Amino acid sequence: MYPLNQIRFLLRITRTHGIMRRYFVVNGFDGALTMLGLIMGFLFSEPSNLTVMINACLGAAIALGVSGVSSAYVSEQAERRRALSELEDAMVSDLSDSAHAEAARMVPVLIALVNGLAPLVISLLIIMPLWLSTTGIILFISPIYLAIAIAIVLIFMLGVFLGRISGVSWLRSGLQTLSIALLTILLIYLFEVA
Amino acid sequence: MVLVKRLVLDILKPHQPDALEFSHGLAEVGSNYHVSLTVLEVDEKTESVQVVIEADSIDFNAIQAAITNMSGSLHSIDVVEVHSTSETESC
Repeated sequence: MYPLNQIRFLLRITRTHGIMRRYFVVNGFDGALTMLGLIMGFLFSEPSNLTVMINACLGAAIALGVSGVSSAYVSEQAERRRALSELEDAMVSDLSDSAHAEAARMVPVLIALVNGLAPLVISLLIIMPLWLSTTGIILFISPIYLAIAIAIVLIFMLGVFLGRISGVSWLRSGLQTLSIALLTILLIYLFEVA
Repeated sequence: MVLVKRLVLDILKPHQPDALEFSHGLAEVGSNYHVSLTVLEVDEKTESVQVVIEADSIDFNAIQAAITNMSGSLHSIDVVEVHSTSETESC
């Protein structure tokens, strides 16, 4: 297991905290909106089997996760290699045994995991009520509406997270992302009704 | 037995880890290490620093390994202060 302090150190020397946060929010937002869109699509369609909905959502969630991991790994690996090569040129020495070389190997893996896990975990949280309903657990509202509510709350929370990072009002930032979710619902409704 | 008590090193290092973290990394090499770092010159991606290390017994190889691990490059050893002790004194 990689010690947490070492991970923090590698992120600090490569100044990649911000990139990781950005990937978390961007792909987490992608995951939440994709699930919201899928569930809204099912809601406006003919009544569907919950298992079909879960499988469709799970398929999309896994695809988002794999896409997130692979795309971030490939791009970040290229970026880190380039940064290491530039630093080696500036230092006029081989840095292969240094923390920067270790960071060039590890940071793309960490960023790829964040980029892939953010949409996957958020998607799994959203489809959780659908899955719970199929296991026989009785929910206090329809699992579809509960899933939509969780998606909306998570999208609001991502906005709150962004607000706290940027130092602006968390409520304003949360309402901004919430309005995007509501706009998405409206657009899906308009297209489905038309 | 000869003990290294004081070293003044000329090191080229990247901006990250910064001076504070770099000094920490060197001080953590052994117990009772006193490290003083002065930034001499700053370039676009690197900086030249002068590091003064004082301790009861400096492990130079460990210091060199710590510098390499933090992506630094030891340019020169500018000052060395060593003390010799008798075998009974060192025990």
